[in-house]
Order: sequence, then structure tokens, then C-alpha cells
Amino acid sequence: MKTIAHYALLAAIALLCIFPFWWTLVTALSTEGNVLAFPPSFWPKEPSLENFAEVFRVIPIWAFLKNSILITALTVAWKLVLCSMAAYPLARMQFRGRKLVFGLILATLVLPSEVNFLVNFITVTELGLVDTYSGVILPNVVTAVAILLLKQAFEEIPQDLIDAARVDGASEWTIFTRIMLPLVAPWLATVGILTAVEAWNEYIWPSIVMSKPDEFPLSVGVLYLRGTFGSSTRVIAAGTIITILPTLAAFLFTQRYFMRGMDGAVK
Amino acid sequence: MRALPAWLFLAPALLLLAVFAFWPVLFGSVLAFTDFSLVRPTHWVGLENFRYIFDNEMFVTGLKNSLVFLLIVPCVQLGALALAVLVNNQLPGIRLFRAAYYVPVVTTVSVVGIMWGFMFHEQGVLNYLLGTNIGWLQDDSVALAAVMFVTLWRGLGWYMVMYLAALQSVPAEMQEAAILDGASRWQRFWHITVPMLRPTIMVCTILSVLGALKAYQEVDVLTQGGPMNSTFTALYYAYDQGLKHLKLPRALAASFVVSLICIGIALLCLRYLKPKHR
Repeated sequence: MKTIAHYALLAAIALLCIFPFWWTLVTALSTEGNVLAFPPSFWPKEPSLENFAEVFRVIPIWAFLKNSILITALTVAWKLVLCSMAAYPLARMQFRGRKLVFGLILATLVLPSEVNFLVNFITVTELGLVDTYSGVILPNVVTAVAILLLKQAFEEIPQDLIDAARVDGASEWTIFTRIMLPLVAPWLATVGILTAVEAWNEYIWPSIVMSKPDEFPLSVGVLYLRGTFGSSTRVIAAGTIITILPTLAAFLFTQRYFMRGMDGAVK
Repeated sequence: MRALPAWLFLAPALLLLAVFAFWPVLFGSVLAFTDFSLVRPTHWVGLENFRYIFDNEMFVTGLKNSLVFLLIVPCVQLGALALAVLVNNQLPGIRLFRAAYYVPVVTTVSVVGIMWGFMFHEQGVLNYLLGTNIGWLQDDSVALAAVMFVTLWRGLGWYMVMYLAALQSVPAEMQEAAILDGASRWQRFWHITVPMLRPTIMVCTILSVLGALKAYQEVDVLTQGGPMNSTFTALYYAYDQGLKHLKLPRALAASFVVSLICIGIALLCLRYLKPKHR
């Protein structure tokens, strides 16, 4: 009896979290009846993929998709390279100024960064990176959280391995790429997946840097869709589903990485 | 000489942090006291921008609304903690529920705006279910509450996972010992779990307070500050002035004010929620 009540409560809250998604999906799959009809239908009427086909016909969704994929892939790649390079000496090398550097990186966590894009837009303009992928990517590739997670990962590797490599005459770079990186691969995967979802979902900054519609990633393009096809709710709903499908799939198949990323961040 | 490789490893990351994380804060703080624009020379204007924004109804409303936004902090925190307790077990299918609660967190804010736009529509599904006829995003008496609700909806899962991680690190022996001593479920929660969770509660509360004060993305995708400027928040004003009206110094002055408030409140939180050391 208690378990049933427990499940009922869990289900009620799950419904609250999931319902907007379900509703959008039903809208996207329906072809009949007014979207805003009373009483609304909670199951697709005459389900078809017509609205999805319409999205591909009327807006540059392939361009949006390509932009999203490239921005996401490049952000992940650069973040893994640069943040692991930064985390390694912080974890395993002794040098003057180490504490200071670490403190500065931690400080970015508490800096008021929400509106950095105002000044960053000037910087990006001065660097001539407006309307480029680089302009979208560069401010997002180095983050304190990624460096912290990878630093912890590097700290767990036994010192003997490094010493043995040094005795064999390996350079720091060889030790880093051949020994350290393979050993922290699970953590690279964690950072990579968290970053991929973040980059895919990034909305404000790409909408500032990219001025032409065919340069938008999906997260920005989907709102552009609302602006241009204000009346066609079903097509917008279909575009919305296309936008979130990859992140949802990534999340559902790699749930444990999200939980682990959190765990690491708490410590 | 030993230090050289370390600095070479660090250099690219530090360069990017300097340019895109430190420079905007430093330069932005300075620009807030100038009349900077891209088309003419810049002059120092002292507190002029601050005087302007505090005389501006949109900013003052925004600041008030940002403080009203703090009301979601206890809701999110209590809700997330309760949720974490509910899913901290091995019931069949529990992972599915955890996933369901986290899905809003991994959804881009623009999609959240579109979906809740459908929900809140005057002829939309929410009015149907409630049997009401409210323009959730068109009526200036409820629009802010609607935007706040969406912010809460987006945040719940994230904090739930934080609390879940903390709950799972509470040693089972402590609970077992308390059970032997005849402690009730509620006593165990209150006297064992909560004290163990104190550091997490502190961190989450501070993050949640800062997040509430800095909210503006939900405003952008749901109402763009309307109706009748009733959903302006302090940072939405900064965003609106800086990007849509190209009044950068005013925008930076507004964000400077928000930052000061955030620092003040974070210090207060740290002081009163600090873990007690014995």
C-alpha cells in the first residue's frame, strides 16, 4: 500500500516534468483538428510525419543541424584538449604560482559571468570573429568545472607510472599523451558528454554572434521558426522535437555520466 | 627550468580565460562608469549611468522582480530535497523516474520557452485542465509568476541530483544505529540526514539564490519583459539595453548593481549557513 502511494507520487511529479514534452510531441504528430481546440486531445489524431516533412521544406533545418553539430563537436574537442592540458600540471607538477593559477581558475566560478557576453561581443568583433564558428566556440571551451573534474582524475593516477616513464626518458608531452590521457578516458567521456549537451543547448551567445539565419544552430533557429511561422504551431512543435531529440537521446543513454559529473562537482 | 612545461601546458587555457572570463568582468566594470559607444570617443561620466538606471522605471521594476524571484529558492530547494528523498531507494524503475525529473535540465531554454508558450496559451492546455481562462503570459498580474514557475521547473532536477549524491554518501551504519535506538523515521531524517546534508544545502541554496537574482533567459524566451514591462528582471534589463538598444554602459551599470547584490547575499548566506564545527 505504501509502495503504491510512493509510486503514485513519483508518477504525478514525473507527469509534471514530462507533460510539456508529450504535449509538444502530440501537437507535432497531429494533422487534424485545431491545435488549441477545446477539449484538447492528449493523443495524436491522425498521426503522421507531415509536419516534420514541412519543417525540412520551409526552413533551412539542414543548415541549423549542420551548425549545431559542428559547434558541438568543435566545442567538445577543444575543451577536452585545452582543459586536460591545463588540469595535468595543476594535478601532477610542482611549480611556482601553481596555487595562484588554481585560485584564479576557481575565481571564475564566482565571478559575475552572466552578462560577460556584452563585453565578449566587443572582443569577438575586434578579433573579426563575428559570424564564425570560432566566435561561438572560443568563449566556451575553457571552464573551471571541466578543469576541476580532470584535475581530480589526474590526481588519482599512481606516481610510479610517471616516475617509470621519466626513468625511460619520456618527455612530459609523451607522458601526458601516452600515459595520462588514456588513464583518465572515463573522465574525458564525462566532461565530453556534459559539454556536448551544454554546447548543443547554448542559446543566448550563438544568437548574438551569428547574425544570419543560415548560420544559426538549432537552439536559435527553433525560435526563429516561431518568429517566421507564428501561425503554424504544428510545424514549430515538429522543429522543437527535432531540436531536443539528440540531447534527450544522449542523456537517456549516458545517464550515469551526468550523475557522475555531479558527484565530482560536489566534491 | 622545471616550471616551463607546466606553463606551456597551461598557457592556452589561461589565455582564453583571461580574454573571455576576466577581461569582460574588469573591462565591463570600468565601462559602467563611462559613456562608451563604438562610434565616438569615450568619456568618464562617474555615476551618471547608475543615476539613469535608478530613475528608469524598467530597471527599478526589474530589480524588484529579481528580488521577488528569490521566492522560488525555498520552493526549489525543499522540492528538490523531497524529490531526492523520494528517489533515494532501489524500487524497480526508479532510474526512469530520476531521468524524467532531469529531462527539463537538459533541454535548451529556447525549446522550454516554446513548450511553455503552448502550455500557457489562453486557449491552451493549462487553462483547459484548470478550467480557467487566464492569459498566463499576457496578464501583467500573473506573467511574472508564470515565468518564475518555468524557472523552478527547469531547476528542480539539477538540485535533486545534487541532493541525491549527498544522500547516498550518508553512511548507512548511522541510520541503522538510530533505528536500534528506536528513533522514528522523521527523527532520523531531522537529526541524522539533515545535519549530514548541511554543506550541500548551503552550496545549493547559494547557487539557487544567485541563479534567481540573475534570471533573464526564461524572460527572453517567454515574455521578452512584457506585458507592460511586468516581467523585466534586473539582468533582462541589462540584456535588453545592451543588445537591443546598444546602450552598453547602462547595461553594464545594471549588471554591476546585480553583481554587488549577489556578492552581498552570498556573504550573508555563508555567514548564517556555515557548517557548525565542534
